[in-house]
Amino acid sequence: MVGQIQASLGAGGETSAGENGNAYKEDAYNGNAYNGNAYVEMSGICKHFGDVRANYQVRLSVRQGEIHAILGENGSGNSTLMNMLTGIYSPDAGEIRLAGRPVSFTAPKDAIDQGIGMVHQHFKLVEVFTAKENIIAGSKTGFWLRGKALSKEIRETCAKFGLDIDPDKKIYELSVGEKQRVEIVKMLFRGARVLILDEPTAVLTPQETRQLFDILRKMRAQNCAIVIITHKLHEVMEISDRVTIMRRGEYIDTVETAKTDSRALTEMMVGRPVDLNIRRQPAHTSERPVLEIKDLTAIGSHGQRVLDNMSFSVYGGEILGVAGIAGSGQKEICEIIAGLSKAAGGSARFLGDEILGLSPIEILRRGVSMSFVPEDRLGMGLVAGMDIVANVMLRSYQKKKGAFIDQNFGRQKAEEIVSRYDVSTPSVRHVLKKLSGGNIQKVLLGREVDLAPALLITAYPVRGLDIGASYHVYNVLSQQKEAGVAVLFIGEDLDVLLQLCDRLMVMHGGRVMDIVDPAKVTKEEVGLLMLGHKPEPGTAAGPERELATAAVGGDRGNREASEKNSEEGAGRD
Amino acid sequence: MIKITRKAEASFKKALVAQVAAIVAALAAAGLIMAIIGYNPLEVYSQIIAGALGSAYRVRASFNKIIPLVILSLGVAVAFKMTFWNIGAEGQMAMGGFGAAYVALHYGHLSPWILLPAMMAAGVFCGAVWALIPALLKTKFNTSETLVTLMMNYIALKWITYLQYGPWKEGGFPKIPTFTANAVLPSVLGIHSGWIIALALTAGVHILLTKAKLGYEIAVIGESPTTARYSGIAVTRVIVIAMALSGALCGMAGMIQSSAVEKTLSEGFTAGLGFTAVITTWLARLSAPGIVLTSFIFGMLLQGGSFLEISLRISADMAKMLQAIIIFFVLGSEFFLNYRVRFGAGDKGAAAAAAVSAAAEPTAPAAAGGKEAR
Repeated sequence: MVGQIQASLGAGGETSAGENGNAYKEDAYNGNAYNGNAYVEMSGICKHFGDVRANYQVRLSVRQGEIHAILGENGSGNSTLMNMLTGIYSPDAGEIRLAGRPVSFTAPKDAIDQGIGMVHQHFKLVEVFTAKENIIAGSKTGFWLRGKALSKEIRETCAKFGLDIDPDKKIYELSVGEKQRVEIVKMLFRGARVLILDEPTAVLTPQETRQLFDILRKMRAQNCAIVIITHKLHEVMEISDRVTIMRRGEYIDTVETAKTDSRALTEMMVGRPVDLNIRRQPAHTSERPVLEIKDLTAIGSHGQRVLDNMSFSVYGGEILGVAGIAGSGQKEICEIIAGLSKAAGGSARFLGDEILGLSPIEILRRGVSMSFVPEDRLGMGLVAGMDIVANVMLRSYQKKKGAFIDQNFGRQKAEEIVSRYDVSTPSVRHVLKKLSGGNIQKVLLGREVDLAPALLITAYPVRGLDIGASYHVYNVLSQQKEAGVAVLFIGEDLDVLLQLCDRLMVMHGGRVMDIVDPAKVTKEEVGLLMLGHKPEPGTAAGPERELATAAVGGDRGNREASEKNSEEGAGRD
Repeated sequence: MIKITRKAEASFKKALVAQVAAIVAALAAAGLIMAIIGYNPLEVYSQIIAGALGSAYRVRASFNKIIPLVILSLGVAVAFKMTFWNIGAEGQMAMGGFGAAYVALHYGHLSPWILLPAMMAAGVFCGAVWALIPALLKTKFNTSETLVTLMMNYIALKWITYLQYGPWKEGGFPKIPTFTANAVLPSVLGIHSGWIIALALTAGVHILLTKAKLGYEIAVIGESPTTARYSGIAVTRVIVIAMALSGALCGMAGMIQSSAVEKTLSEGFTAGLGFTAVITTWLARLSAPGIVLTSFIFGMLLQGGSFLEISLRISADMAKMLQAIIIFFVLGSEFFLNYRVRFGAGDKGAAAAAAVSAAAEPTAPAAAGGKEAR
């Protein structure tokens, strides 16, 4: 991993001069005429889905050589807007102009033919194909694949923007960051002059994010227009030149990033001032751990060790955060604790009793509650096609006696959750999949918290949530902690993990790398641990180490401090 | 060039209108085919109606098809609600008939008060066993329930044929003996009393699917087995119970058909009703009251169709063709509910790209097979 970082940093430094890669389509509007003026101009855009007004009189103007952030809460219409710019939807009203010329797209292909490409949050790559095959799939390349020549062309495109990928590697061999780069190259290779990225950093480590931003800056230098959809404010501040803010399907404003700040942006986005501080109350932890995991090992479907001798404890009244690259064993640990899958060895004691081998319902009855938000949000824990009442009842209907469902009880609970967590829905009888992502998550978390568990496991609870809703979730977790609940919080956003958690466990490849004190560790150090690099003071740093440290600007003093805070599982590497 | 874009989700009312329109269009299309092969479609349709409702005898004959259709569809609905594609209603019905016939032939001298419940129990048991086999194979070995239930139909049907031509034949004739009068369900209001059972079962299944814990669990499994597992539902157990129930209902249909209508067991006594039930269930959108409605329509269609053979000398297959056309149109109408199709000039490849974008939409509910991909 660090080797790749090294390679890409090296390549980036050397190749920014290689401007004239011939794989890159120079289009007719490539002059400087539109610098400073809008290259992409959308105006008066309206889009309705049935009764839902997704976009109303929205405008957007993006210049060449600009990184333009679109900031908006979930459901504010920014994805709809981008879907119209990329030809997935057609607007009901309004005009799209490209380089001053009106255009109309009826299919994604129309848009890419005009040089507008999008990198989606969930990559659209064929896992068993090589990067090259994915890049050329669907593009006009004639009958023959022209293997070597194409590899060369791709390498040249990559070099031009400091993108580091091996065109002949299969997708499943690549890391998340590399897959994303393949997506970007795919768009560039098809001649994209406007690149739209939807939540590009959601799945990246801090190091990968930094790399991505370097790439975007290079593209900006090459006069590309870049649109990035995000709701991470610090990223908006760091990378963008201008920001367009949207709220509830309407255009609010476009401002220059240098002339604004996070607070003002949040206020525009949410429509009211939002307190962005997470108040971390000191933890009053229980003496005995609520959950004690020892030497837990699990074998995956291909015989690989998805959990490798994990040991950790969660105490009542604390939030134990879990950081790690996606697929480091987070899902497996959740599933084993909840009784959904089997462990190959080790033990999991809940309040002193072994729970490995119990059925999910028995574990639930003992007071373990889990709200796992998977990538598709609805796959686990919720039933998309049923209404809120049916979903709320899912975890409690079995406690009631008799053969029938107590609809009134369910309805009452659902109404309670809807009002307490401010779920916006026409009624509790509304089908869940018609709600927005944030509201769906509120229902899920509200239901789990409502069970008054002794252990609350929550994985990615704010995935896809807007700022207001996210902070609401953090507050709920803090309240649970203060009420003495042991909270295991598996998260993605390192900033939040560091602010919210009392202790932070970093996982890599199914192992506990370290358990650190969030108050005494830097983001970069956690990032390194996530990549599987355990700092060992006293060991001579190899060239790789050195580079990685240099790359992330690590702080040795802090690292040593964190060393003292490490717990069980620290000695392994 | 044709362009296809996704629409917002249609309301219930719109869906209903589309369904009715689809049936009307299907009748028109079938009428066209009739006209092409030289029959006056209006005459054919009026003969179908006359055949289904024209006399007291024909009405009774219609009910002989409607009653098993209702019960079979209820059985299919329980399985479908769980997205367990049980298309083995035909075989489960045959086995139900076998169970009932076994009791009727061996204990025909008993009082009907004992005999009929015993026949029902045997029919229900055999139907349930026949459905349990694919359920267990599915839960143990993750076999495709569609294939297994389909194949088991043929085993069941051939088993009946074997009985008729072998061990159970009467004298030298390949015919199973007629049941004693004690083994025949009595008539109530001129129609065999199966209708009372059908109505009671309709109410029962309706309550099961809308009010009972088991029905709720079945629905959760149908929507998302992972969620069901996670929320502590004993998924395997519920699948087994629901399939037993599904098979039991189909078995009950078999018992009623052999006892009240055929008064014996014969090869072909299921008459494809188990397959028609898949259609009626789907058209009723798995709702028990809806099933009664669709079963009426299709039962009358079948009866009216067989009447065509006598009145117009058209093969009864005309009615089957009509069934198939209705299915095509109704499934097709679901596509038009979800997608907007525009005709107009466009560059080549645009439609293909649109289709790709439609496929990329994760929530796109495909017509029939959409739920199958779980």
